[in-house]
Amino acid sequence: MSVAQPLPHDSAALHVTGQARYVDDIPVPADCLHLAFGLSPVAHGRITAMDLAPVRAAPGVVAVLTAADFDHVPDCSPSLHDEPLLATGEVHFLGQPVFLVIADSHLAARRAARLGRVECEELPAIRTVDQALAADSRFEGGPVIWARGDAAAAIAAAPQVIAGQIEIGGQEHFYLEGQAALALPQEDGMLVHSSTQHPTEVQHKVAEALHLPMHAVRVEMRRMGGGFGGKESQGNWLAVACAVAAARTGRPCKMRYDRDDDMVITGKRHDFRIDYRAGVTEDGRLLGLEFRHLVRCGWSMDLSLPVADRAMLHADNAYRLPAVRIESHRLRTHTQSATAYRGFGGPQGMLGVERVMDHIAHALSLDPLAVRRANFYAEAQPGLAPEGPVEPEPTLIAGDPVDLTSRGAEAVAAGAQPHPAMPGNGGSTTPYGMEVEDFILGQLTGDLSKRCQLDVRRAAVAAWNSENPIIKRGIALSPVKFGISFTLTHLNQAGALVHIYQDGSVALNHGGTEMGQGLHRKVTQVAAQAFGLPIDRIRITATDTGKVPNTSATAASSGADLNGMAVKAACDTLRGRIAALVAARAGMAPDDVRFEAGAVGAGDLSLPWDEAVSAAYQARISLSATGFYATPKIRWDRVKGEGRPFLYFAYGAAVSEVAVDTLTGEYRILRADILHDCGASLNPALDIGQIEGGYVQGAGWLTTEELVWDDKGRLRTHAPSTYKIPACSDRPRLFNVALWEGPNREATIHRSKAVGEPPFMLGISAFLALSDACAACGPGYPALDAPATPERVLAAIARAREGRT
Amino acid sequence: MNEIAFLLNGTPVRAPATDPTRTLLDWLREERGLKGTKEGCNEGDCGACTVMVTDGQGIRALNACILLLPQLHGRAVRTVEGIAGPDGALHPVQQAMIDRHGSQCGFCTPGFIAAMAVGHATGRRDHDDMLAGNLCRCTGYGPIVRAAEDAAEAPVPEWMATDGAALAAQTGDPAPFAPAGGDALAGWCLEHPKGVLVAGATDVGLWVTKDLRNLGPVAFLHGCADLQKVEPVAGGIRIGAGVTIASLRAAMEEPHPALAELLRRFASEQIRAAATIGGNIANGSPIGDGPPALIALGAVLHLRRGEERRSIPLEAFFLDYRRQDRRPGEFVEAVTIPATAPALRCYKISKRFDQDISAVCGCFNVTVEDRKVTDARIAFGGMAGVPKRAAAVEAALLGRDWTEARVEAALPAFAEDFAPLSDMRASAGYRLQVAQNLLRRYRHDLSGAPVSVLPLSALEPVT
Repeated sequence: MSVAQPLPHDSAALHVTGQARYVDDIPVPADCLHLAFGLSPVAHGRITAMDLAPVRAAPGVVAVLTAADFDHVPDCSPSLHDEPLLATGEVHFLGQPVFLVIADSHLAARRAARLGRVECEELPAIRTVDQALAADSRFEGGPVIWARGDAAAAIAAAPQVIAGQIEIGGQEHFYLEGQAALALPQEDGMLVHSSTQHPTEVQHKVAEALHLPMHAVRVEMRRMGGGFGGKESQGNWLAVACAVAAARTGRPCKMRYDRDDDMVITGKRHDFRIDYRAGVTEDGRLLGLEFRHLVRCGWSMDLSLPVADRAMLHADNAYRLPAVRIESHRLRTHTQSATAYRGFGGPQGMLGVERVMDHIAHALSLDPLAVRRANFYAEAQPGLAPEGPVEPEPTLIAGDPVDLTSRGAEAVAAGAQPHPAMPGNGGSTTPYGMEVEDFILGQLTGDLSKRCQLDVRRAAVAAWNSENPIIKRGIALSPVKFGISFTLTHLNQAGALVHIYQDGSVALNHGGTEMGQGLHRKVTQVAAQAFGLPIDRIRITATDTGKVPNTSATAASSGADLNGMAVKAACDTLRGRIAALVAARAGMAPDDVRFEAGAVGAGDLSLPWDEAVSAAYQARISLSATGFYATPKIRWDRVKGEGRPFLYFAYGAAVSEVAVDTLTGEYRILRADILHDCGASLNPALDIGQIEGGYVQGAGWLTTEELVWDDKGRLRTHAPSTYKIPACSDRPRLFNVALWEGPNREATIHRSKAVGEPPFMLGISAFLALSDACAACGPGYPALDAPATPERVLAAIARAREGRT
Repeated sequence: MNEIAFLLNGTPVRAPATDPTRTLLDWLREERGLKGTKEGCNEGDCGACTVMVTDGQGIRALNACILLLPQLHGRAVRTVEGIAGPDGALHPVQQAMIDRHGSQCGFCTPGFIAAMAVGHATGRRDHDDMLAGNLCRCTGYGPIVRAAEDAAEAPVPEWMATDGAALAAQTGDPAPFAPAGGDALAGWCLEHPKGVLVAGATDVGLWVTKDLRNLGPVAFLHGCADLQKVEPVAGGIRIGAGVTIASLRAAMEEPHPALAELLRRFASEQIRAAATIGGNIANGSPIGDGPPALIALGAVLHLRRGEERRSIPLEAFFLDYRRQDRRPGEFVEAVTIPATAPALRCYKISKRFDQDISAVCGCFNVTVEDRKVTDARIAFGGMAGVPKRAAAVEAALLGRDWTEARVEAALPAFAEDFAPLSDMRASAGYRLQVAQNLLRRYRHDLSGAPVSVLPLSALEPVT
């Protein structure tokens, strides 16, 4: 059995010896050139003059390009074609690429780029959501509104009304490997190595930039040094820049951002402000709920629309909302274009409703877990679902040229309009009309709180707080229900290519990319399982648009779900061919053939795998197959906000305990206990790695990771010296992670569940524990904002003491 | 003289000394094709470029991105490629990282391996401190620390123990750009009054990698062994300007544990191993953590220009933002502090506990006799354009009873002493409030009450 084994990452031995090769490590021809961007010095303005003579005269410079050097300035956008490679007259954020330096070394390009003078007539810059609202600066015509029932009436009639606001900061991806690309001109096209989660997107954008058909561009990606969503669309810029420079010079071109450039240029997680108003019963059950999401999207559309949609889709998290209205404003500002980041809006939407739960429990003096449980969706009925039908495609996206494989295509598909409220909600129906058929959080949170002795520890925390005036403690549980599938339905497809060579070794390729999550290991396990082979007989090669075409981004946690199934389909095809041969020899039916322990057998006949393969080859049977998978059952109408956008939900819950210093706002996460649902895990070690790492990254988002822009729109936190991701000692000192035992109700690859994004949101428990500790300082509701830096914690403590709610 | 000679993964190598600002990282990747060592931030804050450096003083982890080639002369460097055995046998930390699933994307891993190998070779068990300078975005660190723990008891592989002996066998060419002692340095400074002195290059390195500056004439200080001593003198302890923060931390454990604890949180392992106290002072940063503590101790700064020497109270050195009382050709030679100061407490407030720059660093040294304050030295970093004493607060306390009421009464004086700025680390309001609260904390601290979340662990359930 390969599946379910805790095997190490397929590149672990290469990682620890420094042999694992990333884009910047690929040996390049001696004539390789290196690129750097010259950047806009203002947040919003019209370029009035550019003096690039000193740049051109700088040592090592081969050429300098501006928008004027193109008939059609190449576009880098994954959606609306609103991201010219080089600014065309107007600049929209401080850090926007304005000119491109091509030089004989990375350092020479960087040095030269500093010498350019870009003069701008400054225009008023919109930096904040308040400014954007006032200026009506937004994407789409107005807010997107989804509603079920009459929330306002339900709130008006409710015995208790709780209202408030939370600011939720953005987040820098801080992948350790910065963005990088390398373009190598071929005799009739371009080969691009790109640190990207979406090779097909890069292929599309490069082909468009070079006016070539997609078949003339091949994109290869062996591994990224982290992605987290930051390499879904943000790598387009470097790949397109390299490709056009390589096409013009005829020489290989490489570009990597210095860390400060990376942080200044690339998009981050969307920051949100969420206003909420909840009508509840005296025992904390929701009757009506209104949310207003103010989403700061930055200067271009990028993937903001589906991000904001997913925030709305997770505004319920685990809770049944009988009457709900969610208003989402996608605001355009003169800042970096916010982009995909692990959770893709889900975390922000989820934090909104978790904040509501916390506020209700505080206002009504109820046990926060009891309030949550009282509002949970109905628990699932036992049983497994059979494989479902693949729905016919609901809409065709028109437009020219549209990158159909981008999540940004959703934006092009249709402009959303407010639509009339739908009828009220039953016990297991989401605000968007999907039945929650697999809900397990009742059992899961019960199990977790028992395992970690939540009740007695809560009592211990209360006892400590009554005795200690300076250091307060807090503890909180938060659940996660995260929808799995791309909301743009047609992206839920994948392809694979599997070769069996005549010596019995197997090479496989699929559309997913490896960014550290262990996708290649999991997919290899699927193939090893299918053929009954040891894992080392199977090799995965670099993701390559020349091998598997039209791939979706490795995103939305979908990598193993989609590509694992596609690989299994290819393996099953090959198994069928070999089984037919072996069955004939054994005089048995193909269904009787077993692939186990390195042998293929039926009845008394057992051939070693290599012999079976050799026999198949000599029998002139094809030993190469493609596989394909399309996710069944899903359909989604984003205009109406209705359908079944997700095949299933992944669940989890975490309990965090913290201590807070009430004099300084400093704090420590002392302990975390997690129970998380990976279905029937394909690889428990990799899954636990995603959970532990996801929790810490999620907690980082809500604690120390603060993005600060100054009044000029300049990002002041553009390096690890000023932007603080969790360090080693910030992990919870005591950290217990367990996997929920149980297969996926849906027929996914070996009944496993996606794990990339869901655990990220377990970090919300740390934020709520901080809020709990602040609440121990006084009668008021702390209304903690995120990120909860020591400064914000101290402010929340003051609110608690002052008794404001 | 024109070549930099050192050992690279056990083999003697020479690099031309034409450009003293060439970084080890660029040289490794671009000249030697050793791509295992990664660039993550190019400013010494992420640790992806960590290498192991051995010299007569021991084994250290350093950031290759801000390590300039002349600093390596006569030393031994091991990159991730040189940590496995010549036959490919894995080092215990490498095997443990595989077994514990300590790598995900793998980009930070070579730096972790180098830092872990240093920790392993030097018997370190304080893994959180040892690895505070290595950022990992994927794993959440748990599996990495478990790997470090697993490997801790394994013997150091023999191939790792050869650098010291190989170094001893090296013939000692003089180091390029490096005066051999304080006297030579004094001469060099007179000849190059605008020259740049490079000690650990933990700040100067960023002038090179981020500001892309041409430094002009440079002198590297690592050859000045006479500036690298911590020694008892009449009236206290004299600390040479070239003493690294790591050495100073070790030396302060006994006499000034509060300072040692502050230095535990000073930047990271890699930075502490390179940075010097002289650099921390001479650089004149308003947010350096060394000066506030030293001022609270009543440190005296020793400056030298040629054969001229003078000594001033440390606080007098800091004239204005980034302007120090240092004449052309003059350099910081040493600082002297008292041998004991039992009431010294140092509080570093930052967004992240480890490897972060202080929003506020408050250092307190108040003497209480017969319940009355008889002496008060309070100094802050991050509250003004220079590291600065809280003179008005001190005055408000001096001669009064050391009581809660008196402490509370002194708090408004902070606003007389400081008008802090708002920046990306904290707002002015927070800085002022925390400065006041740190005085409150100090009173609790002296009385023995728990005042920090750092030593706490999760509560045991009450049953």
